[in-house]
Amino acid sequence: MTGWASRQRHLLDFALSSLNRRRAKNLGLLAVYTLVVFVLASVMLFSHAIRGEARLVLDGAPEMVIQKLVAGRHDLIPAGHLEAVRAIRGVRSAEGRLWGYLFDPTAAANYTLMVPREREVAPGTAVIGSGVAEARDAAIGDTLSFRAHDGELVQFTVAGTLDSDSALVSADLFLVSETDFRRLFGIPEGRFTDIAASVRNPREVRTVAEKVDAALPGTRIILRDEILRTYDSVFDWREGMLLVLLAGAVLSFAILAWDKASGLSAEERREIGVLKAVGWETSDVIRLKSMEGMVISLAAFMAGYLLAYLHVFHLGAPLFEPVLKGWSVLYPDFRLTPFVDELQVATLFFFTVFPYTVATVVPIWRAATVDPDMVMR
Amino acid sequence: MTAMITLADVKKAFNQGRHNEFWALKGIDLAIRANAVTVFRGPSGSGKTTLLTMVGALARPTSGRVRLEGRDISSMPERFLTEIRRSTFGFVFQNFNLIKGISVIENVMIPAYPLGRPHGRLKARALELLDQLEMADKAEARAEWLSGGEAQRAAIARAMINDPRVLIADEPTANLDSERSAQFLAIVERLKRDGRTLLMTSHDPMVAEAPVVDHVVGMRDGRVVETR
Ligand SMILES: Nc1ncnc2c1ncn2[C@@H]1O[C@H](COP(=O)(O)OP(=O)(O)OP(=O)(O)O)[C@@H](O)[C@H]1O
Ligand SMILES: [Mg+2]
Repeated sequence: MTGWASRQRHLLDFALSSLNRRRAKNLGLLAVYTLVVFVLASVMLFSHAIRGEARLVLDGAPEMVIQKLVAGRHDLIPAGHLEAVRAIRGVRSAEGRLWGYLFDPTAAANYTLMVPREREVAPGTAVIGSGVAEARDAAIGDTLSFRAHDGELVQFTVAGTLDSDSALVSADLFLVSETDFRRLFGIPEGRFTDIAASVRNPREVRTVAEKVDAALPGTRIILRDEILRTYDSVFDWREGMLLVLLAGAVLSFAILAWDKASGLSAEERREIGVLKAVGWETSDVIRLKSMEGMVISLAAFMAGYLLAYLHVFHLGAPLFEPVLKGWSVLYPDFRLTPFVDELQVATLFFFTVFPYTVATVVPIWRAATVDPDMVMR
Repeated sequence: MTAMITLADVKKAFNQGRHNEFWALKGIDLAIRANAVTVFRGPSGSGKTTLLTMVGALARPTSGRVRLEGRDISSMPERFLTEIRRSTFGFVFQNFNLIKGISVIENVMIPAYPLGRPHGRLKARALELLDQLEMADKAEARAEWLSGGEAQRAAIARAMINDPRVLIADEPTANLDSERSAQFLAIVERLKRDGRTLLMTSHDPMVAEAPVVDHVVGMRDGRVVETR
């Protein structure tokens, strides 16, 4: 071992036995500190993950959705509009979509009914999301029945469940065939819920939208970009609210840390005097004290981050569910995709470990500059 | 024999320039020989402790010169003083000033930490010192559990860990009975035989009159009133 390394080893040994002397106090501090890191890290991991999730969902969404409006309300769109949209320059494709909501009195929940574009669902069967499966306690092969618009019973055999990248939106999905959909809601052939269109050049999406608007009066056009922005701002707002609450916690923590640090007892002052008298430099004393602070803050940081990681990615963030999500009646059973973002870790580290270390070292620095002859008194 | 430490017209003021200005040392000229035992005595408040802080590089004089082996240490910056303190002096403070809550052996090793000696060797050396002072069985005891005599020997071991040439002890026998004081003087004798220089203050006639003592410096009101 080099001199430098064994010096650090000595200091660390000494720092640990120093901390051990005021065990109850330091453990209390460690607990509070860990809690602060835990909450902050949970918010960060959760909101980041959920935002990624929303993007994932919207990536699969159409670039442009055209709805028909009647008296300012969303109405069924005639199939004839499809041809009109396809005829507009810049439109690559346009398709009619069928979707809607169905209230299930048995489970007291709303499902999102959809006729999927990518997969074929045989008439009389349904593919359901995990939330639906749970609400109805349904497995593959089971039969679910609903009342159609005219009061007659429509039955579905569960042909599969959805295993999607994102549980967030797929949880309440109920995929059926076009025939069944029309039968259930009484929607005649030649009508769709709305039209999904894609454009040749994504940069021209606004121009194309204007042309559609001009060609089809009485419609409303929704662009994916706009939805993305709305989602983002909704999350920003919720996250902001949480952060305000957190600021309070962090502030009180800072006060605690400052109090602990600036309240250097006479005993601690005397100890610093002894260290200086026996040949420690001011920098050695500061190194020792920052090592004490670092042991606490690193331990708290790692424990807090680890707990937050488990909380968000393995337990599904039960503490935040009511705050950050909740647009659906069926809470998705969350399995957010785990990730660790270096920048985020660094930010969190900077805002937790750094202030504490400074708050610990600054008053020590003042004390370490006292004259060593005071210990002779 | 040449002097190891010389003081020339050393003065020390506390609270200089304020209404409670106090001159604790009023011009001290002194030569302290190497490899000898020097005792400072005098009434309380005469400036003995203050003088030791000047000699031991714990504080700088207000005016005058302190030379250690010809080097003027009275105007050196703190960093150099620390270095000199660490390499040249070992201190046994009046109330020992062991650090509470940690073990005796940790207390003994503390002055060596900034030097970065390998942990194993340092620990062996600390145990050896404690053993010489008949304290080996107390190595893992907490500092605050020690009796007065044990605390003093722990403090001596701590003072010796960096193998200093000069040992400075302020009122080393103040808290000891006569048997313990005699034990202390025996330790002093051994250290002197090892070639070390010892400086102490004491009210205790038993110390000043001990055969091991080479020089006695009498002080009063911040001045030297006798030397022998
Ligand atoms: N930091 C200080 N501020 C003000 N006055 C001080 C300070 N330190 C020492 N003094 C004064 O200087 C004088 C000399 O003090 P010193 O401790 O050197 O005396 P001493 O000879 O060691 O006494 P004792 O035998 O009681 O230990 C005393 O009158 C003391 O009150
Ligand atoms: Mg004194």
